[in-house]
Amino acid sequence: MQLRGAPVSFDDAATIAPLSATPSTPARPAQQGAKVLFAGLLALVWWLDRRPQQLVATGEQSLGFRLTEVAADVGLAFTHHQMHLDPQLANVEPHVAATGAAVSVSDVNNDGWPDLFVTNSEFGHDNALFLNPGDAGAGAGAAGRFRDIAAAGGLGGSNREGEGVSTGGVWGDFDNDGFEDLYLVKWGYGQLFRNNGDLTFTDVTARAGLRRWMNSNAAVWLDYDRDGLLDLYVAGYFPETLDLWHVTTTRIMQESFEFARNGGHNVLWRNLGDGRFEDVTAATGCDSTRWTLAVAAADFDRDGWQDLYLANDYGPEELFRNVGGQRFELASVGLGEDSKSGMSVAVGDVQNKGRLDVYVTNISENRYLFQGNNLRLNLLAEAGRFENVAESIVADTGWAWGAQFGDLDNDGRQDLYVVNGFISADRTRDYWYDMSVIAGGNSRMFQDAANWKPIGDLSLSGYQRSRLLLNRGDGHWVDVAAAVGADDLYDGRAVAFVDLWNRGALDVAIANQKGPLLVYRNDVDPARGWVAFRLVGTASNRSAIGAEVTLEFGGQAQSRVVDGGSGFSSQNDRRLHFGLGAATPERAVIRWPSGREQVLPAPEARTLITVTEPAS
Amino acid sequence: MTPTLGGPPGTSAGPGTGTSVAPASRLRLPAIPAPWLFSSLITLILVVGQWKYDIVGGYDRLAAALGTAVAVELLLSRVLRGVWPNLLSAYITGNSIAILTKPAGGLLWPYALGAAVAITSKYALTYRGRHLWNPTNFSVSCFLLLAPHSMSVLSHQWGNDWAIVGIVLAVGSLVITRARLWHITGTYVACFALLAVLRSAIQGTGVGYELAPLTGPMYMLLIFFMLTDPRTVVSTRAGRVVVVVLIALLECAIRLLPPTAASKPLQAAPAILALAIVGPIAFWLDRRRLTSRPASAAPPLPAPAPTPPPAC
Repeated sequence: MQLRGAPVSFDDAATIAPLSATPSTPARPAQQGAKVLFAGLLALVWWLDRRPQQLVATGEQSLGFRLTEVAADVGLAFTHHQMHLDPQLANVEPHVAATGAAVSVSDVNNDGWPDLFVTNSEFGHDNALFLNPGDAGAGAGAAGRFRDIAAAGGLGGSNREGEGVSTGGVWGDFDNDGFEDLYLVKWGYGQLFRNNGDLTFTDVTARAGLRRWMNSNAAVWLDYDRDGLLDLYVAGYFPETLDLWHVTTTRIMQESFEFARNGGHNVLWRNLGDGRFEDVTAATGCDSTRWTLAVAAADFDRDGWQDLYLANDYGPEELFRNVGGQRFELASVGLGEDSKSGMSVAVGDVQNKGRLDVYVTNISENRYLFQGNNLRLNLLAEAGRFENVAESIVADTGWAWGAQFGDLDNDGRQDLYVVNGFISADRTRDYWYDMSVIAGGNSRMFQDAANWKPIGDLSLSGYQRSRLLLNRGDGHWVDVAAAVGADDLYDGRAVAFVDLWNRGALDVAIANQKGPLLVYRNDVDPARGWVAFRLVGTASNRSAIGAEVTLEFGGQAQSRVVDGGSGFSSQNDRRLHFGLGAATPERAVIRWPSGREQVLPAPEARTLITVTEPAS
Repeated sequence: MTPTLGGPPGTSAGPGTGTSVAPASRLRLPAIPAPWLFSSLITLILVVGQWKYDIVGGYDRLAAALGTAVAVELLLSRVLRGVWPNLLSAYITGNSIAILTKPAGGLLWPYALGAAVAITSKYALTYRGRHLWNPTNFSVSCFLLLAPHSMSVLSHQWGNDWAIVGIVLAVGSLVITRARLWHITGTYVACFALLAVLRSAIQGTGVGYELAPLTGPMYMLLIFFMLTDPRTVVSTRAGRVVVVVLIALLECAIRLLPPTAASKPLQAAPAILALAIVGPIAFWLDRRRLTSRPASAAPPLPAPAPTPPPAC
């Protein structure tokens, strides 16, 4: 090729010098200089790549708290069993069936001691409701141990042929009778159990009008219309037309790894107040078929109405803004610009600015895929959007599942706990190459499960440890999981925070896929202060789900929301825990779901404060 | 005005120059230089991918890759060679790095350093005055091996949508037809397809599964830019065909490796790594063969020479 009559090489440093000249060959010293520069660049790449490891704390550091796994010691011995699907799906079953382990917290008998509910996902294996022994927990022997009352209380037998299997449970007092009821999330017919108040439960699904087949991993209680009654949002994953134990086609998979819309429908059930629910999904406009894996509800835009935040597999996250309790609008708030594999939605206030930020987990695998977890700061007030500030150890934790915010070291900042790992099988061989082949293909190929190479006994991001990301303020985080004792390698799915023994410290409950329930008892430096709130609604729903407490201390304001279901397949204790460090609480502002606002001057530290919603 | 890949030593368009002027009678289309066609194609890929699927993920990333590529090219060419460079090569390199690179959360430096490594490699890794690797191919391969915690290759798959890939395929085909490089791309695609059938038979997998990568965007960049880059193209048509066959064979071998920790670095991007291994060896052997041959034994001027794209 010629430019202005001079032959030009475009492939060799693209010089525009004439060919007859020789400047395209650097002189030897220059060549040596290029080599030195080049070697320096490679060394810099290598060094920068290893830098994040410096953000992992070692065991020698004093962090002010320590986690000790005590599940079996306190009677919480439970192992999750995975579902087995139609044999036509055997080649993808380890992948498709790799959810279902869930954990949620509720004080089912109002004795002031939180209990734990965990799910099983195989026919013939029951879920468990572990009753907290309370004060007896400090003692030895059987009286000091949790005991499973699920079967005796009428919560057994949910996992059976024709009815489906459990994948989660969310607690809320839907009938405002003072006792927490359970909605059981399933691949199959979800179930609503009414708490009779005597440690027994009655299946009221059919009477409530909720008997509908869905393949769901997530549900959340919320009062979207502020009528004082808890409504229920249930998210579909696989389409509800599929009975995965009896498929008529193997074309069941997602249509895209990035922008799929062929998942199950989501449903909003409005509580009519007479024990029945009404499907108002179409009327309110909050449906999505984006393979939703997790949902959280909170008033993100602080307009007084609870919004819905969805983490979708094979697609971007979605925020449905609640418009005056009448309808929802899919908001353009900076969530749709990137495609991800959203697994979990955690809601917290990472900067102590009195705002509700969001953490959504995703997939990261060295060399193959960096979708990255999203830590989205809530800038709705000033910029009308969320801003993703996740980087380094916050962004890439592995094949991440459940995550929750909570102040584990009582230093006054909300930390993050993230459980990781998808399929832990063969320790020497994995499926990532095969996954990359499939993901690079056309949708018509991989929508048919029959085209997927059998996973067999290969691992896929297996044996990954959890991350405990300590919030150091100013956007700095350090991973202290191993340093404080959280070193298990199970395939974690759900994580929930709860002060199980009412000691002023958040303990950690983890449901593992095909693995044991883990409970990490948290022993925190007693010099660090805390305060907790138990809210009881009157005009609002009695569970006070959706109520927001903003605690002012040390010149900061930290917000927390009463949880109706969050993370992945999990629900935290409804009591709101605040670490204080050395500070003294100055004021607490409660925004009740009814719209009422209440101010508590100088709440007493190191106290669990019960607050009943005032009459006006 | 079609540049060739090199003629015999001693001619004005000899090996190492990378250019010659094709007979005027061969020109049928408007005289749009091939490098401009290739740069237009990469621009099309970038614009369509960004518009439809946000493949870059942020304009700061594009700016980092493109800006660094251009700046380093300008700097090194001026300082080391004393000339102002044509920037088409840097433009394509910067865009390719931006499209192919998917960094760990929030990192910008893989874009900047990826582009810097790519451009610098052209000046540092040379044989008889010519660089051995396709710059982008080399840079991506280096990052996969040196920076596994920070960079993956093209996590985006463009929605796994035929329509977008079809557009790129159609336009890309027109461009390489214009550049007379179909024998390279066509040979590789045919080999990949045949070897996919072979892998399917060996492993009991579906042919569709084995063919799947061909429908992805990474392969669009591979078959239109990397394989056809001069550094992987030896001096004869037969030699070029042999080289891409060897690349396809090595890629197939990588794909057949058991999925262990040892093979994982290679299997992250089999074709890119196969090209990074075979390309420079073939080019080195070819250059060595040509320059060691006495002038009297030199082959005749290669017939209708293909038009290489700028190094990307």
